Amino acid sequence: MADSALARAVRWDTVVGALLIVVLLLSFTTVDGFGNALNLSFLIGNTLPIALIALPMTLLVVSGEIDLSVASTAGLSGAVMGALWNQGMTIETIIPICLLLGVVCGLINGLLVTRLGLPSLAVTIGTLAAYRGIAQIVLGSDAVTDFPTQYLDFAAGRIGDTFIPYAFLPFLVLLAIAVVALHATPFGRSLFAVGASEEAARFAGIRVKRQKLILFTVTGLMASLTGIFWALHYASARFDNATGLELSVVAAVLLGGIDFDGGKGTLGGAIAGVFLLGALQNVMSLQDVSAQSQIVVTGVLLVLSVLGPRVARQISVARAGRRAASASTSAPTTS
Amino acid sequence: MSSIKLRRACAALAAVTSLALAGTACGGGTSKDDVKEEGGSNASAGKADPNAATKKGLTVGFLPKQVNNPYFTTADKGGEAALKELGSSYKEVGPSSATDTSGQVSYVNTLTQQQVDAMAVSAQDPGALCTALKQAMKNDIKVVTYDSDTKPDCRNAFVSQASAEALGRTEVQLLAEQIGYKGEIAILSAAQTATNQNTWIEFMKDELKDPKYKDMKLVKVAFGNDDAQQSFQQTQGLLQEHPKLAGIISPTTVGIKAAAQYLSGSKYKGKVKLTGLGTPNDMRKYVKNGTVDAFELWDPAKLGELAARTAVALSSGQITGKEGETFKAGDMGTFTIGKDGVIDLGKPTVFDKKNIDQFNF
Repeated sequence: MADSALARAVRWDTVVGALLIVVLLLSFTTVDGFGNALNLSFLIGNTLPIALIALPMTLLVVSGEIDLSVASTAGLSGAVMGALWNQGMTIETIIPICLLLGVVCGLINGLLVTRLGLPSLAVTIGTLAAYRGIAQIVLGSDAVTDFPTQYLDFAAGRIGDTFIPYAFLPFLVLLAIAVVALHATPFGRSLFAVGASEEAARFAGIRVKRQKLILFTVTGLMASLTGIFWALHYASARFDNATGLELSVVAAVLLGGIDFDGGKGTLGGAIAGVFLLGALQNVMSLQDVSAQSQIVVTGVLLVLSVLGPRVARQISVARAGRRAASASTSAPTTS
Repeated sequence: MSSIKLRRACAALAAVTSLALAGTACGGGTSKDDVKEEGGSNASAGKADPNAATKKGLTVGFLPKQVNNPYFTTADKGGEAALKELGSSYKEVGPSSATDTSGQVSYVNTLTQQQVDAMAVSAQDPGALCTALKQAMKNDIKVVTYDSDTKPDCRNAFVSQASAEALGRTEVQLLAEQIGYKGEIAILSAAQTATNQNTWIEFMKDELKDPKYKDMKLVKVAFGNDDAQQSFQQTQGLLQEHPKLAGIISPTTVGIKAAAQYLSGSKYKGKVKLTGLGTPNDMRKYVKNGTVDAFELWDPAKLGELAARTAVALSSGQITGKEGETFKAGDMGTFTIGKDGVIDLGKPTVFDKKNIDQFNF
């Protein structure tokens, strides 16, 4: 009993969760300007784009694939949003169109990976460049900033004087959907099987290709949603919106203990990773840590996060081995 | 089993989305035309007291487009020196990439959290910083933009590096002196659509209408698209087409450098005069080897200094950012706030053999 609790405690996602709590507690007590509602709302608001994409990315990585084109998809839907807005279309029509565009972007990735059997890393590096290029063609070097105030306020504002940004509530709903989908449905559980061994999963009757296609499509959808949110949150639609966001997402997911070989990880870990990175960045800025040093800290943290789960796994394996050993040695004496 | 459920879920999702689509289509909605222009007025509140004492012990945060960029480092150093003289303290924060707009937003938020008295910001994007800057102003932080502005209602004042008119006219004056007010001249610009360059060129053409330039003739405006290689080739082309060319004006730092590079390796070196907007670090070599006599640019250190002094004047209540208010900026003299809270730095600085080594940006 105690052993299994311990084994659970050294699971990497719990470690990251605990780390997040420690960082938050330390910051609350020692960092000036951290613990007030305004700053916390900044923290959450700035982290939301990463968190939004991390949801489908976690599922994708669990099933053994990756999508690096997410930031470009976000940039493209932002650019299209700006261009259509300049054409005089209503924002209520533009948003569904942009979401649809995201679905198409994801579908293209998914079809290339599943139908042509190409590696997702290569495919999405290609579409990363292509989607960003299209964004630049669509909007040029324009910055569209005059979106309606009620939408801007929703994307950038917070509820009263609390620390909760408006946009956090829809995120919680999406998070709940993702958690249920991954951890409480046959679909989600089969993703782990696919990630662990695609061939075995196929022999077990799981429709691997279709599942992956769905995941890529949903990822595209979420990326375009993020792009819309980004453009409204920063009140600026530009072709280079969200550049480099894919790396932050991958970093956070990695930090959250999602195994890039597929088949392992929890959404809780991923979200803890996202907010751990967000909180650290916020604290470092408040403490006047320069931008360059922040990058170094984030980089080191990432290497540790790859190392961490391996060490954690070895500890639990060793413990299991010891338990097995003690069980087998104690067995004869009791019987 | 699972695939049937999934299919059902997909169908439901599709139904919901199409319903939502239909709903919004019927509901009218908000388009660009419905968003009223929010007026051009900048954020200014309260009344200015020009005689108010200059406050000491203020903290002014500088937030450039990019840290460790020589241009902004020079500008911010200028701000730091001015603040030291005024008895206030300086700090600089900023993203390490000039396109990291979200990073810049979080730095605005950081400065707000640290409760600085004022911030001087060079905006990567005219709109992206607005929400954060407004939040800062709501927390009684004065906001000055320098080098690159935001929308006027998102800051108290904008310190502009030099007015378009001054830049355009002085470049013509500079070249005219070098060629003795006589001969064919050409302009090597950036892109055909570049707003800044086109405004300057308009002022150049206007300046050339003055009778004292009657012996000077503008024969061509070439476009090098702010690309080193294209600008180089355009310069070649200009000299082949117009062998009698006496001088070239290149109002872009990329163009002037490429043109200087071509000239310095050609038989035209020293004969065809070149001037325009360049940075001392780019042009030092060509000034020293005699290709270029003099060129100009605003002095970023002065720009930073004026931004700092404006921030302190705002925090001290000497100005609020309204058109027509004046304030004293130390040795730099008296400045008057123009339309939309814009403060012009004034005439650009001319760099030549004598002074170029004093500058490093």
